Amino acid sequence: MKALVADDSNLIRHFLRKLLEPEGIEVTEAVDGMEALQTLQTGGPLDLALLDWKMPGMDGYDLLQIIRADHKFDDMQVMMVTTETDMALVNQAMDSGANEYIMKPFSKDVVLEKLRLLHLDQPHPKRSE
Amino acid sequence: MALGVAEFEYLRRFVREHSAIVIEGGKEAMAELRLGPVATQEGLPSAQHLLLRLREEAFHGLHRKVLDAMTNNETSFFRDLTPFEVLRNEILPEVIARRASSRRLSIWSAACSTGQEAYSLAITLREHFPQTRDWSISIQGTDISTTVLEYAQRGRYTQLEVNRGLPVRLLAKYFLAHGMDWQIKDDIRKLVEFSPLNLSKAWTTLPLFDIVLLRNLLIYFEPETRQHVLRSMQKVLHPEGYLLLGGPESVSHLGPEFETVITKNVTYYRLCREQLPAVNCARTIPGPPGESDSCNTNRARC
Repeated sequence: MKALVADDSNLIRHFLRKLLEPEGIEVTEAVDGMEALQTLQTGGPLDLALLDWKMPGMDGYDLLQIIRADHKFDDMQVMMVTTETDMALVNQAMDSGANEYIMKPFSKDVVLEKLRLLHLDQPHPKRSE
Repeated sequence: MALGVAEFEYLRRFVREHSAIVIEGGKEAMAELRLGPVATQEGLPSAQHLLLRLREEAFHGLHRKVLDAMTNNETSFFRDLTPFEVLRNEILPEVIARRASSRRLSIWSAACSTGQEAYSLAITLREHFPQTRDWSISIQGTDISTTVLEYAQRGRYTQLEVNRGLPVRLLAKYFLAHGMDWQIKDDIRKLVEFSPLNLSKAWTTLPLFDIVLLRNLLIYFEPETRQHVLRSMQKVLHPEGYLLLGGPESVSHLGPEFETVITKNVTYYRLCREQLPAVNCARTIPGPPGESDSCNTNRARC
């Protein structure tokens, strides 16, 4: 399983990497939306993208919209990881195709339970073929 | 200064006597960690001083606080996820179909802690079984700790708590932002009632339940207490009802009263038809005439 972590905070990227790798998830990092988009367009298929909302340049919400407009990423789940707790923004992200949403601050348990909600703790049916 | 042998033994005995929960040996450091904040709250310099005061005084609020501190209140919305998937896809459809004529449903979240399990059940019903919207639904949450019950009753959770296990779509639908906290909506809260119950003592005036969740508690009890709980459970579980325990728990070694059903790595239990006990006819919520959970009907089926 492969995941992209896009966040301008070194601390958050490091925390998520340390949390996901023991779960057997290979992590690629991006420091902003533009770098994340380049990774998505030039790299191989990913199972999951964890996107911060507020990033310099292209933010996570803009990136989410680009991802969901491209059928190439239909199999990729997107989880917003953000300080935005306004329900209007949560709904906006979900309506735009986010699969889940983690509000900062969060703990290890929160992330692992969200992965279970998305069934990302199980082998991907297509990739396991 | 770590807890001494005598102090730790006193604490173990105190907790076992009042809650039936067994604290294993070697947990002195854990005990001291949990008692520290209570001692500070009481203006006492250490856990040792707190235990000394417990021994000297008759049982009162301070003793209750210590019991609360020593009880594991770990819980989260839709905890472990799979049991809720089995409830949604298998157990609830069957129970609801069986209850279609009476339009009554009774569920018990035993040892409910701060209420997330009980509210998860209510959300599941609202979300996936709209046909039950105008039914008489009772979700009971019980716990030995009045502190956690007050928290549960309030239905207000921190951001960290709603982040855990609760899909954000359901957060948006069933909660209201309240500063940094999240308040469960009245439509869900009104389905759930909370009350204190010590499972190791006599169970008083409980109704018959279609579904009981008793998860991750039996493992803390001694065999005699587990047997008491399971014997009592037979009297409040509908003969066609379901009992769900936690992942590592099993009733198989405690007698033939329960049959085991395993599906999707979730184990749940039903009463064996041939060995059904006399149903507790003193229940406080009588069924309507002809309802299949009446005492006489149950006994005839046995």
